[in-house]
Amino acid sequence: MNSFFERRYVIAGIFITLILILLARLFYIQIIDDRYLLYAQNNVLRKVYKNPARGPILDRNKKILVQNEAFYDIVVTPNLVKPFDTVAFCKLLNIDRAEFDKRFEKAVKYSPRLQSPFEKQLSAQAFAAIQERLSEFPGFDSSPRYLRTYPDSVAAQFLGYISEVNDNDIKKSGGYYHPGDFIGVTGVERSYENVLRGRRGVENDLVDSRSRFKGHYANGAYDTAQVAGERLISSLDLRIQKLGERLMTNKVGSIVAIEPSTGEILCYVSSPTYNPNLLVGHERGNNAAELYKDPYKPFFVRPIQATYPPGSSFKPLSALIAMQEGIITPETTYNCPGYYWSGNHRVNCFHNERHGVVNLASAVAESCNGYFSWVFDRLMNYNGARQTASTFTNWRGNVAKFGLGARLGLDMPSEGKGNLPTAAHYDKVYHTGGWRSSTVISLAIGQGELLATPLQLANIDATIANHGFYYKPHLIKSIGDKEIIKPEYRVKNYVGIDSQYFEPVINGMQAVVDRGTAAGSKIPGIIMCGKTGTAQNNHGEDHSLFVCYAPRDNPKIAVAVVVENSGEGSKWAAPIASFIVEKYLRDSISSRPNGMTPEYIMNANRLPALDNYYQGPKLKLPPSNKDTAKHKADSADKKASIGAGHKKNKNKYGTSAYQLERREDEEQK
Amino acid sequence: MRSRSNYSYQQQQQRGFFFNVDWAIVFVYLALCTIGLLNIHSAVYDEKHPSFFDLSTDYGKQFIYIIVGSVVAIVILLLESRFFSTLAPVFYGITTLLLMLVLVVGRNVGGNQAWISIGGGFRLQPSELAKLTTCLLLARYLSGTNIRVTDPKSFMISLAIIGFPMLLIMLQPDAGSTLVFSSLIFVLYREGVSPYFLILEGLFIALFVLTLKVNNLAYIIGALLAIAIIILLLFRRNRKLMPVILAGLGICVAFVLSVNFIYSKVLKPHQKVRIDIVLGITTDIKGKGYNVNQSKIAIGSGKLWGRGYMQGTQTKYSFVPEQGTDFIFCTVGEEWGFAGATVVLGLYLFLLLRIIRVAERQRSTFTRVYAYGVASVIFFHVIINIGMTIGIVPSIGIPLPLISYGGSSLLSFTIMLFILVKLDSNRMGIVY
Repeated sequence: MNSFFERRYVIAGIFITLILILLARLFYIQIIDDRYLLYAQNNVLRKVYKNPARGPILDRNKKILVQNEAFYDIVVTPNLVKPFDTVAFCKLLNIDRAEFDKRFEKAVKYSPRLQSPFEKQLSAQAFAAIQERLSEFPGFDSSPRYLRTYPDSVAAQFLGYISEVNDNDIKKSGGYYHPGDFIGVTGVERSYENVLRGRRGVENDLVDSRSRFKGHYANGAYDTAQVAGERLISSLDLRIQKLGERLMTNKVGSIVAIEPSTGEILCYVSSPTYNPNLLVGHERGNNAAELYKDPYKPFFVRPIQATYPPGSSFKPLSALIAMQEGIITPETTYNCPGYYWSGNHRVNCFHNERHGVVNLASAVAESCNGYFSWVFDRLMNYNGARQTASTFTNWRGNVAKFGLGARLGLDMPSEGKGNLPTAAHYDKVYHTGGWRSSTVISLAIGQGELLATPLQLANIDATIANHGFYYKPHLIKSIGDKEIIKPEYRVKNYVGIDSQYFEPVINGMQAVVDRGTAAGSKIPGIIMCGKTGTAQNNHGEDHSLFVCYAPRDNPKIAVAVVVENSGEGSKWAAPIASFIVEKYLRDSISSRPNGMTPEYIMNANRLPALDNYYQGPKLKLPPSNKDTAKHKADSADKKASIGAGHKKNKNKYGTSAYQLERREDEEQK
Repeated sequence: MRSRSNYSYQQQQQRGFFFNVDWAIVFVYLALCTIGLLNIHSAVYDEKHPSFFDLSTDYGKQFIYIIVGSVVAIVILLLESRFFSTLAPVFYGITTLLLMLVLVVGRNVGGNQAWISIGGGFRLQPSELAKLTTCLLLARYLSGTNIRVTDPKSFMISLAIIGFPMLLIMLQPDAGSTLVFSSLIFVLYREGVSPYFLILEGLFIALFVLTLKVNNLAYIIGALLAIAIIILLLFRRNRKLMPVILAGLGICVAFVLSVNFIYSKVLKPHQKVRIDIVLGITTDIKGKGYNVNQSKIAIGSGKLWGRGYMQGTQTKYSFVPEQGTDFIFCTVGEEWGFAGATVVLGLYLFLLLRIIRVAERQRSTFTRVYAYGVASVIFFHVIINIGMTIGIVPSIGIPLPLISYGGSSLLSFTIMLFILVKLDSNRMGIVY
């Protein structure tokens, strides 16, 4: 043994120490630090999402409004790319070399070993040409995806559109959506998103370091199968929808038709409209940008977002409430000198026409402003002039039951409320107690602060057709193959008017078409009840309104038509409504007493002059590239609806100023 | 024990070749080989060739290597102890020639010219043999009469014996194997070289890391000066210490400067990156740091008990590179967890301490020096290899003894250990 024997302990000590250091480090990364397990999962587990087909949407006769069509993405996995003929490839995709480099770089940046899209949404025809040569370019592959297609290109605003989810959608969905998924942005696509999208399947795949499939995790125990989206049957009738859209060509306005016995919306035209196919596929970004630039705002859903003073079309409602309150009977007469003095406020009849002695029915038929102002005056002062506010509130409650001033709860996003002023509003404007029936006399004839959406107008009509109740209007008739109908659509909403009061009013409305203001639009052989309206408008010519339902007995369809800036209701709105009604009831169109034909209306250009047309705030939309176009589009959409609100306020402001000035030249027909 | 020493050498031979064998070492050897075989099987499992005995797979080959190793072990036990000490210079000479030859005819694998093809798909790695023969020659030299490693001349010759194969291996260039030889400092230390060398080596490692991490020469040299002054002030009565401290300071400063020079001028970019990753200077997970990161993920995901035999996903799906050879410990860590890793490290520690115990019970200096050589080499391999897989040592490609796949490595460690077992079985005789 030599003298350095004790050094064995030093050496052993060093060995032990260093091995313990290794053990300590192992203890840390294996036991304490949980990150590595997670990283390991991320390494091998690849969640493959199986996107189900989105549900198709049919019309009420099960004709297809929207279905899915295969489009193709060219995808690239940069790691698998081998040298190839770039020139030929660029030529195939019709891109230049710089663009190719840019896209390839982007793909590499995303991940060298994962697929990323190289060219998006090629149509089947465009793809066919590329497909046969794709095998010459290793690393490039195709991936089908299903996009919406609209065989008849109708009902764009009803159907809405889908778009790739944005970050906000992903956050809000609690992890359901992933980048690249589609989500309904507007219309039915949005309001029935949860039904239409179906349920996505998830496959937990094990992959190796080169992303090659190696098997199912836990033999597929955690996998779920995808479930296709439900089929929606909408209440729309494709025939009258198409006719309506054609009739409204080159006009700004809406057509809403409701089946009174169900509340189903048969026709939902918002004009100007657009071809929904434009918002699908390769060129959608550019197309959307173009549409957003349209000053008449095709994305503005006029049936539920635009609001108009109902004008004379409000008169039947006025009469009904007065009868229910016991102010008048159908036989009550009024002698019209061509105007009416409410306090010191004079209301003129249209063209100062003397209607003479009128009762309820003839007042409706001849649209006598004097009669309805007189009735309104009596109604407001029933409890004495001092009680005007509470009497008004009572009246307002009765009107509200018809669905005015609040959302009807249509199964569509962004429904407008219209406006039904409150007593508090007048208290604020004229000071409490500072206003009387004469102050708000315009309400009697559907003017003043009163604003309604075309949907609300149609719904009032459906209520009259039903003699006192309505079903909640809706656009989706039934959901899925089992054709489930939401229970809320089977509930009758009573409006608080006894059914016997309707007949006199309906008599008047029938007279409107038979011999009154809309006599020119009488449909031979069909008894139609209607009411014209000419809504005053601070931005140019009056809006042409017409509401009607038919046939009188056992009503099948109630229609509201608004044609903006087109003057009297009888001139444009009434014939359009009559064509819709006849097409729906008979599937053909006969001649009209005034000789109006659908072709004449289709060819007429009633677009308001742009310098006079209220455009809302200017939209800034540089259609730079496709990726940003969508976001811009979203914000532009918001702006459009803000614009709508603004427009409404303008109207409100306009009319109350009009009230303040006590202009005495109200003329209603 | 006493009585046994009376038996003559001849008599011991007659008791058969398992006489006096240290069964503990044999047991640990077999355990490590088995662990290695199982983990290679799991790491490079091929569904088409599931059998352990399929020669087209790495585990099939490893199985053959283990059998060959066992035969070689038995042959070694049959040989005379004197054989190894006598022929040590010859072995050393042959490996030196092979190391030169490999530079000429060697096959280039992964940037290193370290392999000589010997037909049948088998390759020889002379650097593995060089570790063994260097240990033998060093033992032979230091056991010579009147050789004291404390003598400058003997010390220099010892360093030359170690340094020559280092130089040749560095030319391949195989940094890992080169560094293995530096572990033989433990042998010299045990034989009497001043502990300052050991301290200096530790100090160098610390300074090496600091230099690269701080990357500011002024700070480090300033700090060294300050420490030197403080020590001088504290021990100002001890005159003898002064030159030692000053010399140490000079060496340290020179070392820092040379590290800086080598790092910035001599090292190749990929070597720099490896060092940088370990020191945490760069964390390039997708590029050069990929291996170590994936290796940590595999080991870390094993948790306490591991995923179980053949259940590891990281190694099976080849996220970990070199999974059969240098990164075999990932499979251990992932499939057997902290428990398995502890068992493996425990076995190594037991083996190392056992070798030290064996070394110290020898009457023969040759056996003792050789034993320490074996212990040092195994120790260095274990620390560097496992340290690399868990990211505390730069990735240097050296195998995990007896566990990593590879015939040269396995055979060379088998021969190393069984020469020791043979020498130990003859511990009562004196071998020159």
